[in-house]
Order: sequence, then structure tokens, then C-alpha cells
Amino acid sequence: MAFDVFPDIGKPIRTSTNELVDFLVVNYGDGFEAFSNSILFLLVRLERVLRSADPVVILVCVGLITFAASRRWGLSVAMVAAMWFIGALGLWEQAMQTVAILLVAVLISVVIGVPLGIISARSNRFRSLLNPVLDLMQTIPSFVYLIPAAMLFGLGKVPAILATIIYAAPPLIRLTDLGIRYVDEEVVEASRAFGATRWQILKGVQIPLALPSIMQGINQTMMMALAMVVIASMIGARGVGETVLLGLQRNDAGQGLLGGLAIVALAVVFDRITQSAGQRMQAHRKVTG
Amino acid sequence: MALIEVQNITKIFGSAPKKELAKVKNGMGKEQLLAETGHTLGLNDVSLSIEKGEIFVIMGLSGSGKSTLIRHFNRLIDPTDGHILVDGMDVMGLSNKELEDFRRHRMSMVFQRFGLMPHRTVLKNVAYGLEVQGIARAEREATARKWIETVGLAGFEDQYPSQLSGGMQQRVGLARALATDSDIILMDEAFSALDPLIRSQMQDQLVELHEKLHKTIVFITHDLDEALRIGDKIAILKDGVLSQVGTPPEILLEPADDYVRAFVRDVNRARVLTVGTVMQPPALRITHDNMEKALADMRRNDEDFGYVVEDKEFRGVVTQEALAEEVAKQGETPSLYAFADDSSVVELENTLEEALPATLEADYPVPVVCEDGRLMGVLSSEEMGSALTPPDELENGETEDAANKDASGEPAKADVLKEAS
Repeated sequence: MAFDVFPDIGKPIRTSTNELVDFLVVNYGDGFEAFSNSILFLLVRLERVLRSADPVVILVCVGLITFAASRRWGLSVAMVAAMWFIGALGLWEQAMQTVAILLVAVLISVVIGVPLGIISARSNRFRSLLNPVLDLMQTIPSFVYLIPAAMLFGLGKVPAILATIIYAAPPLIRLTDLGIRYVDEEVVEASRAFGATRWQILKGVQIPLALPSIMQGINQTMMMALAMVVIASMIGARGVGETVLLGLQRNDAGQGLLGGLAIVALAVVFDRITQSAGQRMQAHRKVTG
Repeated sequence: MALIEVQNITKIFGSAPKKELAKVKNGMGKEQLLAETGHTLGLNDVSLSIEKGEIFVIMGLSGSGKSTLIRHFNRLIDPTDGHILVDGMDVMGLSNKELEDFRRHRMSMVFQRFGLMPHRTVLKNVAYGLEVQGIARAEREATARKWIETVGLAGFEDQYPSQLSGGMQQRVGLARALATDSDIILMDEAFSALDPLIRSQMQDQLVELHEKLHKTIVFITHDLDEALRIGDKIAILKDGVLSQVGTPPEILLEPADDYVRAFVRDVNRARVLTVGTVMQPPALRITHDNMEKALADMRRNDEDFGYVVEDKEFRGVVTQEALAEEVAKQGETPSLYAFADDSSVVELENTLEEALPATLEADYPVPVVCEDGRLMGVLSSEEMGSALTPPDELENGETEDAANKDASGEPAKADVLKEAS
């Protein structure tokens, strides 16, 4: 053919990406490992606490946390029952591994996501740059970045956490942005008029008033992080995802179902706790004059 | 020098306001600027002087730029051109840090929709300005409690704003502004969102507080009745340009243009104008006790009435007829001071509404006295009538047309005028 409609740009992208990953592995391997270790340090400790603690203690804690968040005894009992159900399925150990990964991933998402959301709410330009990145993070299949992540950080929990963050952080960033933008303009203007600094406005007015929205974002992030546990288990993150994966590999539908039920139960527990915490934060809005 | 000097403030909204400034300075109007450049002219060359301790009302319809103007005072909005001096200090020249300090200590603000923080209790809302200043909790809450009590909200300290009615919420807003002890308070349509009854209570409370605290208040409103009721001075703004600045009687009696004239037409003038602003000097003052001489004075001046004054103190009115009758009588003539009729008098501070019955009953111009009993002037029913007649009915025809044309160009106006009436 004399004229080619599609010049081959796939090949150079492919080779240069591979070269970049190789380059990073060779030259910055130590750096990535140090980063990986710092996440692992946190994760391993958390996991050890969760797994070594008597399940009864954990169950009581879940009940207390639910009550603190919702002030409803009924809900607390239901959440304890959901956790007990996971244990009764024989997946307590795995569930604790998953909870540890989940909490670390959500913690890092909050640490990164809330500030990004705040910057995005303040600058339209930053938002227009950030938005396509967030779209990409949510749509690109996780295996695409799992391959280089596994090469850089090794197989195991750290790339799983990173993949979870990439997938789960965007809703938190978006909802933080939205929450801050939707704070009543006149209230912000009032605090400016009284001479508040930008930090005082942010801390005293914008974040508190955006908190319900931010809590909603944390809730969404948790739900999406749970959706990642099966994929995370594929690169060696263990946990309940592994149970599902084993069921798939062994053609054992029953085992797959057990893992699925445990994931759903975890999702319900995390969802209800964060939802009711978010609702209690807007207690002042419920009363109408 | 006035406390606040607004000097040639021009504000253009749009993507490149500085570039379009020259066009406005060369006289391009609001519509043309919008059509040619897509920029909105918010304020055009506005200059004002606001004296210490007065309530200065800036009045205009929606879109007139009044809210934009008041936000220049504490630089919530930066002008495209011009300066604002407070105590001779140029607010435009302040750095961020100085500006924060200025807002904390010199000017506080009350907002139309209150601007209260829904997540803070009444007490913490009122203490907000002090909290921003970094004042310790115990001290700022003590101050806040004092002001909550002053505005009549004691007992509501721990409620959230959403638990209060609109009027109560705005009292919280007022207390918050008072708590910082700034000498200037900006009020942006502060009472516009309130029910009419609550609004007039709030107006009374504001005037009362002002008499006690002597703060300088810049008050924005679209309601002329409100402006006339509380304002020491009123500035009327139309399409970003000042139409007139003056005292309430000046605005009512000498409207500067058709726009102001259309505004003042529906005002209840009898309630706003005081006797002092429309009275005339008495035609004949009689300053002695001699009846015959008084009668001679009246005949010589061809006056039917005389106003008897003893040592500057007003004693009463005599008619020529009654005097002639009394002089013609046999026997001892009584003292003129005792003879004069002092039954119908109006006071200088009375509104025309209050003075109306006396004016209509008497068949002579009613004497006007001030507090210490001195005769200040007289008020005839004719003067009363012409003062109560809106200006455009005096000069019929053309002004009516102009006012109508004006109203069609500004749809919001009909509503506002209705509200003002």
C-alpha cells in the first residue's frame, strides 16, 4: 500500500513506556522501595492488631463505633451481627486483612484527596486540569497500571493499595470540591468582611460546611475501594478477595459466594457507619425555623 | 474632612476592565459598553462624603450598583478606578494583612440574607469577629453575651440560626457587627428580607442603638420609606450613577431629576416631612403688651393675624377683628399677653401628619414653636397642601411621561415603588 491511513504510533508508545518503566526500576528502585516500605510499615502494624485481637473485642469495637457515629442501638446491633456473620462464614482472618488494606487506602485517599479537592474548589484552572486526570483514573482498567505498579513495588499489598487509591480517590476529590463550592457565598463573604484570613475561612467556615459532602465522598471512596478487593487479590493482596479468586480458579461457585457475601457484609458495615456519621454532622440543618 | 470619602469610584465587570476604563471616562454609557465590549458598568464615577456619626443611606433599585458600592468600602470588591479614604487613609493602598486588620477593627457588616454560620450557635456567631481577632474564648463570649442581650436575644445563646425567625437571625447579624466595636457599620439591605412589621421594629431598634452608640452607619436599601425613616442623608443611585445626595426633606421637596421624582411620588410625605422643613416666617410678630399699638400695627401692615411674643417666648395669636372688638369695649383693657389665643400650636419636630388636624382647624396659619417655647415660624394649610403634593403633580404632563418611560425601561421598579408605598 502506497499510503497508510494509520501511521504506527502504537509501537513507539509501547517501547517508550517499557523503557520508562525499566529506567525507573533500574535507577529509582530504592526510592520506590522506601516508599513501599513506609506504606507497608503502617499496613503491617494495623493488620497485626486487627488479626491478633480477640474477635469479640473487634465486634464490641464495631458496635461502639457505630453507636458513636449514629447514636442508634438498633443499628449498632445490626452492624455487630454483620461482622459476626463474616466470622461465621469462616472468613474472619481474610476480612481483617481486607479491612486493614481498606483503611490504609482510604486514609491515604483522604490525605491526598481532601487537599486536592480544596485547591480544585479555589481555582477553576486547576480544576480544568484535574478533571480529565480524575476521569482517566476512574475509567482506565486497573490492570493497565497494575503491571508497572507491580514492577515498581513488587507483588503484594502496596501495588494493591495504590491501585485502590487510583480508583477510589476521585469521588472524594470531586465531592470535596463540590462541597466547598456550594458553601453559601454570603457566609464566606461575611467571614471575609470580619477580617478572617483565607486559612481561617477555610478552617472555620468552608470545611465545616462542606463536611457532609466530604463525608459522602469518604463513603463513596470506601465503597469503591471494596469493589477493588478482588482485583487487589490478583496481585497478592490476600483478604476476602482471594476467597473469591480461589472460587473462580477452582470452579467452586460456593466458595465464590462466601467471599462475595463477606464483601457485601463489609460494605454494609462501612457504608452505614460513614453515612450516619455524615448525617449527624448536619444536625444543625435538621431543625427548621 | 469627612470620615469616609468615596472618590470617583468606577467599577467595570468583565474580562479586561482596565482596558475599557478609558471608554467609560470618555462618556460611553452602560448599554453601549455592554453591547460593544461585553463589559458591565457597575459604578460610574461615584463620589460621596460620609460624616462621622451619621446614618448614610444609599438607595437604588436592583442593578443600580448599591451593593457593589458598599462592598468597595471594605474592599470585598476592588474598584476599577478611584479611591476610598477612611480617616484620610486610602483603603485601596492597604496590603492583605493591613486590610484584614482594617476589616477586623474599623468596619463590620450586616448582610441581606444574614450571612450567619449555620454550624455555629448564636453565641459563637456573635463572637465570630472577636474570634478572628484572636481574642480569648472567655473574653469574646462575655462580650458576645452583652451584645446578644442588647439586641434582645438573651436566652437564645445556644440556639442555632435555623431555629430562629428571620428577624431574630438579623438581630444576631447586628449583634455580630456590633461586637467587634468597629466605628463603621455597613448594612447591605439588612432589613429587606424581613416582614414589614419586623422591619419597622428593626428600624426603630437601629435608630435607638445609633443614638446610644454614635457609630457611623452606611445603609443600603431599595425602599425609600426605609431610607427616609432612618437616614440622616440619602444618596440615590441609578445605573451606577449618583442621582442625588441630600437630607430626606431635600430629596422629597427638591428631587434632582425625573428618576428621583418618580421615586418620591408614592411616599407618604405627611409621615416623613417635619413641620420645620415647610414652615414660613410669621407675617407679623407683636413683641409688646399694648393692644392699641398692636391693632395699629396690624392695620398698618394689612394683616388679619398677629403672633404675640414676650421675651422670645410665644404667647398666642390675635386676630385683628377680636382685637378691634376688645379695644372698642369700655373699661380696663386686659394684657395682650393674656388675651392672645395660644390654644393651637404645633411643634417644630412634629411630622406633617401630626400637625394636620391643628392646621385644618385653625383659620389662620398655625404657629410653630420649638421645645423651649420660642416662635419659629408658621404653617398654613396652603403650605401644608403643596408640601404634601408629589412634585410631578405640581408640574403635570411632561414629567409624568418621563417617569412612565423610565418605569418601562426598568421592570423591577414598579414592584419596588409599590413596596415603598
